[in-house]
Amino acid sequence: MTVALAVFYLLAGITIASGVMVISARNPVHSVLFMILAFFNSAGLFVLAGAEFLAMVLIVVYVGAVAVLFLFVVMMLDIDVVAMRQGFMKYLPVGALVGLVLLIELFLVFGTLRIADAPIAASVPTPEGVTNTEALGAVLYTEYFFAFQLAGIILLVAIIGAITLTLRDRGPIKRQNISEQVHRDRTKSVRMRRVEPGRGL
Amino acid sequence: MSTSYLFPAAPELLLILSGLVLLLVGSFKDHAAGARLVSTLALVTLAVAFFATIIVTPGAAIYAFREHFVLDAFAGFMKGVVFLGALGTLLIAQPYLRQEKLERFEYALLVLFSTAGMGLLLSANSFLALYVALELMTLPLYVMAAFKRDTFKSTEAGLKYFVLGALASGMLLYGISLVYGFTGTISFTALQDIYAAGDVRLPIGALVGLVFIAAGLAFKLGAVPFHMWTPDVYEGAPTAVTAFFAAAPKIAAMGLTVRVFAEPFGAFVADWQQIVIAVAVGSMALGAFGAIGQTNIKRLMAYSGIGHVGYALVGLAAGTERGVYGVLVYMTLYLFMTVGTFAVILTLRRRGQELERVQDFAGLSKEQPLLALAAAIFMFSLAGIPPLAGFFGKLYVFLAAVDAGLIALAVFGVLMSVVGAYYYLRIVKLMYFDAPPEPFDKTIEPELQAVLVVTTAVTALFIVFPGPILGTAQVAASALFP
Repeated sequence: MTVALAVFYLLAGITIASGVMVISARNPVHSVLFMILAFFNSAGLFVLAGAEFLAMVLIVVYVGAVAVLFLFVVMMLDIDVVAMRQGFMKYLPVGALVGLVLLIELFLVFGTLRIADAPIAASVPTPEGVTNTEALGAVLYTEYFFAFQLAGIILLVAIIGAITLTLRDRGPIKRQNISEQVHRDRTKSVRMRRVEPGRGL
Repeated sequence: MSTSYLFPAAPELLLILSGLVLLLVGSFKDHAAGARLVSTLALVTLAVAFFATIIVTPGAAIYAFREHFVLDAFAGFMKGVVFLGALGTLLIAQPYLRQEKLERFEYALLVLFSTAGMGLLLSANSFLALYVALELMTLPLYVMAAFKRDTFKSTEAGLKYFVLGALASGMLLYGISLVYGFTGTISFTALQDIYAAGDVRLPIGALVGLVFIAAGLAFKLGAVPFHMWTPDVYEGAPTAVTAFFAAAPKIAAMGLTVRVFAEPFGAFVADWQQIVIAVAVGSMALGAFGAIGQTNIKRLMAYSGIGHVGYALVGLAAGTERGVYGVLVYMTLYLFMTVGTFAVILTLRRRGQELERVQDFAGLSKEQPLLALAAAIFMFSLAGIPPLAGFFGKLYVFLAAVDAGLIALAVFGVLMSVVGAYYYLRIVKLMYFDAPPEPFDKTIEPELQAVLVVTTAVTALFIVFPGPILGTAQVAASALFP
């Protein structure tokens, strides 16, 4: 148990530290790299909590796709970070004050709130002897089939939307028309001419 | 409780499937010709979906997809209204898209998918289904707002709508997670069953969740204090898209709001009533006073829409079957008035240029008396002046509020509609008593003519034939209060 606890504090500590680095690093590329570190450590926390599926999804989706996308954006857009940070110190006191008030309020709420109000309906616990992935797989295509399919349609709409907003007709472009090429035959491409000797065409 | 497979969702499945097929049709056709063909087929699909809704809507609720989906008289009624709204606005969009050189087949596709989302939203029976359907409804809307992508205003509208919409979804999800955490279920039916048992109090965490859900819904409705996006998005989006925004998604969001408050949280009227009253009061006041200074007709319609959501919420605030009945009647009549008004706005052109200023209505009666008459009917009706349809919408919600003891709220609503009448009547005054600076374009496209005739007829003649709307609305409202 103590080992698990030590690992938890290690992972949690690194997560928080890299979170701080994400917003304080001067170079945006470093920020993204620290964010990846934060994702990996959060994934470790999920494994500790027994949610191995979430851990894997976090790495595949967030590190594999989202962070790489961020890297692309950061590298392709020429963002003047120094200029963006101009107002940072000016707004810091107000921001800190708002944060402090929020923190105090949170403590007040959690101090007085009885979280232990048992849920009224019985939530479904993770079934015994089944891995996360199996348990999710069992309900994803049965109980939540409806939402799953709709999510697929939402993704399709996202593709249609992205193409609608960005695809442009760039004027006359010569495209390869395979069917035209295949159906090309002798009559279309070869012409027989009788050339008079000594006169040319 | 009867369950079924696929059948109750037939209208939405039809919309989605035809969206998929039309995607292929559009991809293999030439630009303008393809867009025209896809739009025509989409219009046919929407009309078929409307009749399919009438056919499949049962007397008692049918559940499908493991109870994530419910089809009852309420869902059927609202779907019918929403499909009609989508049909009407897609029809009046056709001449606009032709004139503005925006003919791309994706427009009709986005309308189809968004409308399918609205149908599923109105049938959502769990918070999960609610959320995915809501996203399916709103994602195409963001794209449509930015559809005129070469103009700065339209892209700005799209971006603004997207960012604020994402924020609203975040709030909604946060509220849903709190409700799930404190009650242990996301099913509307289960929540209703638990709390029907007796004097169970809503856990405080779930109450906080309810507030967040209300905030997210108010955002989608464009109700105060989450209305800020509405005027900018309405002004920036292409006019045909604005018409769609004002008609279909607003009504779907209202239907969803009614269901969420009346079904899963139906036992806690006292908990949410004050929220709804506050939102209604704020929306009515802002809609009345905010519109007075507007010079752009689309911004004016945005404020008018905020106000009308406020009036409809007065009915919901009552928390009774009569109140919901009032909301249904109100939103149905609002649909016809709004689509009609936008048909008028889309008709007004000078030398092929669309007109957006309120001032541009000046002198319409001298050049096109019939169009001016239709516009005047819509304005009087939006202002709530009898004997037009808008008056009856207001009458039913205010009566329900008085019945529920919310007399002050009803009186406030009447006062605000008097204030609001000012800017509607100003447009009538402009049309009839001012002179036009330049002649208007004479032609009215056939699509606009058809929609104008239907909407004017419904708005003006509702008092003569109120039966069909009132009767079905009564059945629909009673489905939520068994």
